[in-house]
Amino acid sequence: MSKEEIYERLNKVFQDIFDDESITVNENTTSDDIEDWDSLEHINLVVAVEQEFGMKFNMNEVTTMKNVGEMVDIILSRISK
Amino acid sequence: MKELEYPFDVEYLIKNKKKIKKELLLKPGLIEKKIAILGGSTTSEIKNMLEIFLLNYGIKPSFYESEYNKYYEDAMFGNPELDEFDPDIIYIHTTNRNIINYPTMLDDETVINDMLEKEYQKYEKIWETLNAKFNAVIIQNNFEYPFYRLLGNKDASNIHGKINFITRLNQKFYDYANQHKNFFINDINYVSSCYGLDKWANQFYWHMYKYAMEVPAIPYLAYNLAHIIKSIYGKNKKAFVLDLDNTLWGGIVGDDGVENLAIGPEVPSGQVYLEFQKYLKEYKDLGIILNINSKNDYENAIAGLNHPAGLLKPEDFIIIKANWNPKNLNTKDIAEELNLGADSFVFVDDNPAERQIVKSYVDGISTPEIDAPENYIRIIDHNGYFEMTNFSEEDLKKNELYKDNAKRSQMMSTFDNYEDYLHSLEMKAEIDTFKPIYLERISQLSNKSNQFNLTTHRYSLADIEEVNNDDNCIKLYGKLEDIFGDNGVITVVIGTIKNKVELHIDLWIMSCRVLKRNMEFAMMDELVKRAKERNIESIYGYYYPTLKNKMVKDFYDIQGFGLLSEDEEGNKIYKLDISKGYINKNNVIEVRKNE
Repeated sequence: MSKEEIYERLNKVFQDIFDDESITVNENTTSDDIEDWDSLEHINLVVAVEQEFGMKFNMNEVTTMKNVGEMVDIILSRISK
Repeated sequence: MKELEYPFDVEYLIKNKKKIKKELLLKPGLIEKKIAILGGSTTSEIKNMLEIFLLNYGIKPSFYESEYNKYYEDAMFGNPELDEFDPDIIYIHTTNRNIINYPTMLDDETVINDMLEKEYQKYEKIWETLNAKFNAVIIQNNFEYPFYRLLGNKDASNIHGKINFITRLNQKFYDYANQHKNFFINDINYVSSCYGLDKWANQFYWHMYKYAMEVPAIPYLAYNLAHIIKSIYGKNKKAFVLDLDNTLWGGIVGDDGVENLAIGPEVPSGQVYLEFQKYLKEYKDLGIILNINSKNDYENAIAGLNHPAGLLKPEDFIIIKANWNPKNLNTKDIAEELNLGADSFVFVDDNPAERQIVKSYVDGISTPEIDAPENYIRIIDHNGYFEMTNFSEEDLKKNELYKDNAKRSQMMSTFDNYEDYLHSLEMKAEIDTFKPIYLERISQLSNKSNQFNLTTHRYSLADIEEVNNDDNCIKLYGKLEDIFGDNGVITVVIGTIKNKVELHIDLWIMSCRVLKRNMEFAMMDELVKRAKERNIESIYGYYYPTLKNKMVKDFYDIQGFGLLSEDEEGNKIYKLDISKGYINKNNVIEVRKNE
């Protein structure tokens, strides 16, 4: 799966979770950029991303992930294995 | 909404809950309830999921959520925000993460018993404190098993084991539940077992977010909880509509012949259908009504049901529709003949096309997505259609009652004059002020009656107890029996006295089992008699239209009231002056008081 495809699918997950079709994420997107992205919604986002890509984040990754770019790097490394 | 029935797609629910919520909020006739969630761990997603499941049941919740792990403080020391919220339901979401002391191998039996008592007492105090303060139903989680066993298998039997300790603690919760009517256990021990304890207890979610179970398990927890709440507010199903071929037995009776059907103990395919019949028969014994809706010649259907190895026989069903009509029409006919709303039914059919047509044309019916026969029971069971909260003696007799009704219809056809028919029934009514033994049934009736219901006010058991203790209320129940049997408590009227001489009728309900028996006139006569004893001069009646209660829109006109006002939505206010006399209307029912 290419990075572009991952972003495309990730966008859809973000749009669903925050119920906002205008959302477009890029590598620099953080929780500051999306109004409803608080710590509680973050959990649901992580679960939805895991289900979308059939992978799991480990605890260390979830706590250190700083932006969507890092999230995509983890997804990429996990599904290319 | 199909997405909100088991088996559900958890990924879809987590992603789309906001969309689902928006859509469900458009449903007409939602009833509003206030739910306080007092949590011993994170509850945010539990609230979100509970909300969509309840909306799907026609209940629009508003929530109070305690701060993280403040269930004990909120309950014991109060909180102005919670006080003001004044919940209808208090859900205490505690888990084994909230157990403070577990036995160690060094503790002797006395120490462990004290420890158990202390842990239990904490909860009993919470319940008692909430009970004294709020007029609310309490729903308490039991405890799920821990995800490891220090003593291995002995953890279950040895008093030092955590599993043993939790089992004993749970038993104490159940003892309390058995003695308290407005208290229910949310059985997360069972739900976590079904889900799989290792997955349920996924440590990641506890250490990351302080969720006591993994987030994908939350829909299962919330659905289970929603079953209890919808049952309290009378949203249970009441009846099955069942297909025959490949649903109650394997094979097609019309093609294969009775002797070739798969039913009975000899072969695996026969066993699985026999077990399903046994499951349905157990429901019948609980008062759930069984009906048949099958595309078959009637004779073939009956022949199949008389298969010697089958457990369900023709007489186990109230209505058998075996014909070639579309199943949606048959289902509607069954609903009409039983005088039940279509939303009271569970339609069970192995054919997805039949489920689709019934789902599309019969509003509010449930059509569980059964697949292979070995899964029928699990899929129906996990949907909690018949969740038993307030179980009354009446429920056990329900099948008899419906059978009696069928006999009455037969007898009616032998009379030319309806009043002659009513006289021939030799009806005897008991009408009196509320009695403690009937409060549960009264509450149940107020939540179940939709058609003959003037105001559609719902009363939990706690609400009814409050009415019962209020001297300013005139509250009557009515029981009716006739030559065919006893119908039990079938009607309730509650009125509040205002300004000393006015009686305002808050609730007037009657079971559709006893329509057109003049019971409403007997109730009116008694109401007026008691109103006069209290020096009432005028009685005010209210009619608030809903989708289901058109049947009684002219009820007060028929009772001789005058219309005072009617607004655009059809809400009507009536008045009857009784100071200048009142003529009794009932002359077919013999009325007595409770002795």
